[in-house]
Amino acid sequence: MPYTKRIDGRGFDETRKIEAKVGVIKRADGSAMFKIGNTWAYAAVYGPRNLHPKFLQDPQRGILRCNYNMMPFSSSGERVRPGGSRRSKEISLVTGKALLPVLDLEEYPNSVVDVFIELPQTEAGSRCAGICAASMALADAGLEMKDLVSAVSAGKVDDKLVIDLDYAEESYKDGSVADIPIAIMPNSGKITLLQMDGEIKKDELMRLIDMAKKALNDIYEIQKKALKEKYHEVEM
Amino acid sequence: MSKIIAQDKSISVPGETLAVGMDILPGTGAYRDGEKIVAKRLGLVTIDGRTIKLIPLSGRYIPKTGDTVICKVIDVGFNGWRLDTNSAYSAMLSMKDATSDFIARGANLTQYYDLGDHIVCKIVNVTSQKLIDVTMRGPGLRKLKGGRVIEVDPNKVPRIIGKQGSMVMMVKDATRCNISVGQNGLIWIDGEPVDELLAIQTIRKIERESHMSGLTDKIKEFLENSGKK
Repeated sequence: MPYTKRIDGRGFDETRKIEAKVGVIKRADGSAMFKIGNTWAYAAVYGPRNLHPKFLQDPQRGILRCNYNMMPFSSSGERVRPGGSRRSKEISLVTGKALLPVLDLEEYPNSVVDVFIELPQTEAGSRCAGICAASMALADAGLEMKDLVSAVSAGKVDDKLVIDLDYAEESYKDGSVADIPIAIMPNSGKITLLQMDGEIKKDELMRLIDMAKKALNDIYEIQKKALKEKYHEVEM
Repeated sequence: MSKIIAQDKSISVPGETLAVGMDILPGTGAYRDGEKIVAKRLGLVTIDGRTIKLIPLSGRYIPKTGDTVICKVIDVGFNGWRLDTNSAYSAMLSMKDATSDFIARGANLTQYYDLGDHIVCKIVNVTSQKLIDVTMRGPGLRKLKGGRVIEVDPNKVPRIIGKQGSMVMMVKDATRCNISVGQNGLIWIDGEPVDELLAIQTIRKIERESHMSGLTDKIKEFLENSGKK
């Protein structure tokens, strides 16, 4: 059966419903929540703080440590075994690499900025939600950044190009699926994360990136609004 | 033609364009990207003539030369003490900056400052690698005996101190407590237990409502009302 209409009735270039909030974890130096559909991400930032073990210290700049963690019963499939896995290690790594280009850590030599991303419930697009939450939390922690980072997954289901795939689309059985998480710096338009699972033609990929950029601009506005809302009463 | 886009006293987020034009200058918290002046952090936009700067609203304490800070002794060495500054970096207090007493070689330094003691000291030097030197020579710099130490957001410290120390003076007078405020966000309070609690409550209120205008009057009212109970 050809894929003519999305299962939840969205347009092909529409994301699921997004909700964002900053300052959700009081003990952290910076924190944020980012919900996209049924995927919820919470990010907490601690630091810059003292880095141990000492051999990890970089005398030229501070380092960024990301930790992505899905909670045991967060996904619709089997229970996720607690603790790190091959998958979470990979996502922690790419999250760090997606965020590092905007961060200026040269002011904090020998120190570390820790980012913890927790996902209480997920339904596809979790690494993108994690990156969105983490970039807001880093800004909330008062770190110097060139820009924010916004991320969304894009892809091809059967022969249709779609934005923000949900679980049913990711596991679509009647045709081929390509899943492509994209993160950009919204003001410069530079890409900081581009991964792909599946197959897609070059011109389709280029079209998909343009589609994603449009969706990412909307996500950026939501992130910006959430950050400003925390201080909406400020008047000195 | 240059143009300032951001409004004075508004909040800006990283990456937001604040102004366009070569005759406008980026201050702290902003950077130039070609023609544009762009925000580098979350902060309050302050336009001062041709300069645009951002006042930080959040973040950890970053040590600066000249700051008076409250530190905790975390290690005692041969010729000085290592102190926790409530930031990513620890500070060093050398023997000669600590006291003018003659200290014999190999003497036990814990008789001056022991592990876990809190001291008020002043930062005299911060290197590019964030090695911090502090001194105890100066007015008001001392070891803190008794009392309790609380932690507040270091960005709210100027508000807690107030103009020429007016706010902290008011709290001191009303609660009959001795209070020392460190720029690093540690505050030492010493008095009767009931008064200490009132002082902590007041400081937390200032911290919470630091963005409001007319805060001094509100705090005055709060202190007067709580005194009656």
